[in-house]
Amino acid sequence: MTAGLIPSVMPHLPILQVVVPMLAAPLCFLMRRGTVIWGFTTLVTWAAFATSLALLQATLADGTIRYEIGGWAPPWGIEYVVDATNAAVLVIVSGIAAVVMPFARRSVEAEIPANQHGLFYTAFLLCLAGLLGVTITGDAFNVFVFLEISSLSTYALVAAGAGMDRRALSAAYNYLILGTIGATFFVIGVGMLYMVTGTLNIVDLSERVPALQDNRTVHVAFAFLVVGLGLKLAVFPLHTWLPNAYAYAPSVATAFLAATSTKVSVYVLLRFLFMVFEPNYGFMAMTLDYVLLPLALVAMVAASVAAIHQYNIKRLLAYSSVAQLGYIVLGIAYGSVAGLTASILHLFNHALIKGALFMALGCVMLRVGDVTLRGVRGLGRQMPWTMAAFVIGGLSLIGVPLTVGFISKWHLIVAALGDGRWPIAAVIVGSSLLAVIYVWKVVEAAYLQDAPEGRVVREAPLSMLVPTWVLVLANIWFGVDADFTVEVARTAAMGLLRVTP
Amino acid sequence: MLELILGKYNYWIIVVLMMTGLYIVVARGNLVKKIIGLNVFQTSVFLFYISLAKVTGGTAPILTGKDETFSNPLPHVLILTAIVVSIATTALGLAIVVRIREAYDTIEEDEIHEMERVDLASDREGREP
Repeated sequence: MTAGLIPSVMPHLPILQVVVPMLAAPLCFLMRRGTVIWGFTTLVTWAAFATSLALLQATLADGTIRYEIGGWAPPWGIEYVVDATNAAVLVIVSGIAAVVMPFARRSVEAEIPANQHGLFYTAFLLCLAGLLGVTITGDAFNVFVFLEISSLSTYALVAAGAGMDRRALSAAYNYLILGTIGATFFVIGVGMLYMVTGTLNIVDLSERVPALQDNRTVHVAFAFLVVGLGLKLAVFPLHTWLPNAYAYAPSVATAFLAATSTKVSVYVLLRFLFMVFEPNYGFMAMTLDYVLLPLALVAMVAASVAAIHQYNIKRLLAYSSVAQLGYIVLGIAYGSVAGLTASILHLFNHALIKGALFMALGCVMLRVGDVTLRGVRGLGRQMPWTMAAFVIGGLSLIGVPLTVGFISKWHLIVAALGDGRWPIAAVIVGSSLLAVIYVWKVVEAAYLQDAPEGRVVREAPLSMLVPTWVLVLANIWFGVDADFTVEVARTAAMGLLRVTP
Repeated sequence: MLELILGKYNYWIIVVLMMTGLYIVVARGNLVKKIIGLNVFQTSVFLFYISLAKVTGGTAPILTGKDETFSNPLPHVLILTAIVVSIATTALGLAIVVRIREAYDTIEEDEIHEMERVDLASDREGREP
């Protein structure tokens, strides 16, 4: 039975990747007991992770997989396309979900009222299905639909923090307004591309659009797509929704979203920018050089400075995320294989870093109920494992050697120096020094200040520490042995730029 | 000039609607009005898709066996999906506004901002939750 099952399931992995979490979501809503819902959700995320690993292995071995949904061949049907780039993003998204879920049980019990658990896990799985769908689909309009599935559930996840802090509600509202404008801009851009090319299939678009480099409609579509996706991925001046959304969402939601949702938007931007538009000269190439590049540099510095001034540590890390997204956009703005490799590498590495840091904060939230600089005073001795995880995550964020943060910054700087742009390399180093300051603020409070009189705090439970440390050790593992991740990132970058090795 | 205005009148309607919607979202402080603005903005995009599918002299795409020109049905179908998305967004947005009203006792943006400034300051002073 099993021997016959596996070969018959293998060809359908691309659709199972999305459909399994999507169908599981409403089932969560129907279940009653919190533990059962949690166990079920965990199994689904693990199944999704296994699927994405199998897909990554298959693409690295055999190249691109194209799956026609319902047997309808494109251009009529929607197809799913898996290549090295999105297989890697699928692994990031489902992998983070699989690590966050075991962590979620205690954290959700503490932060969300019991009658909302089913809804919370439903929204979580829908968000996961949406993010995986955005990544895997080969149809431009389908990207929009999945983007909205993930976004709508994200707004609900953020608003679920209202039990802890009412600011979660206004954060969710702002995110909803800006996210919807972003998605609508995206769909306007897609409509204009359809107008001039008559297709929505991304592979077909990538064959027809480059011939229309000087078409005005294509230029407008490009502008709408870049701004729309810029809103979704929080490029510097469009980042205003992000700090509050990450700061006041429940810990589980923050850890998952910070590690995945903006990354998926980055992936869509990469896909459209380099596969569809191929900005080699003129208006579109200038957008990279004169819009994205300066904004990325400003983000790296300004958001880091803003992070230094934060008192709430989740908010501090959220501003740091804006700065880190600056690094990713910087690599995209180079437009070279080296730059894109660094970007994709940081996509993966930043997911590990922020996942670990926000999960450590989730442990603090559970035990202390306060994630401000006041709340973590003296925790270095009271919660040694949690704070050690935070310190290693923080070192990785700064980019200390032997951590993943170092690997991505190294590649970014090498890419900058390769083009002779040493001032950019200097800004990267400068921004890392700013990261030292804001990470140090937390370390100083946790290790050098005394705990408040009479506060008794126990170490976080193992069910939360183990997932946190899995990500922390991944930070070190992929920081020491980066060959595999660099190889995947380079394959992905060359695939996007259509450079043959 | 006249041709530019009359010949492409559908685009002018779309642009006016789009800017009206965006302006309401940006300029209004009332959270419900912002969502209405968002709706106007999204509606302009629906019209954009529908009007780009129109083929001059084309009829509804129903196969009758006769030789006819048809309008392109695909954008119409796409926009059905987008309308569903828009309704879901509106519903969720309004639900959040209801919760905001319960938590802050107002739906005016500037008053909420003022209260959040106070919240942020009391974070630092060590207010017990």
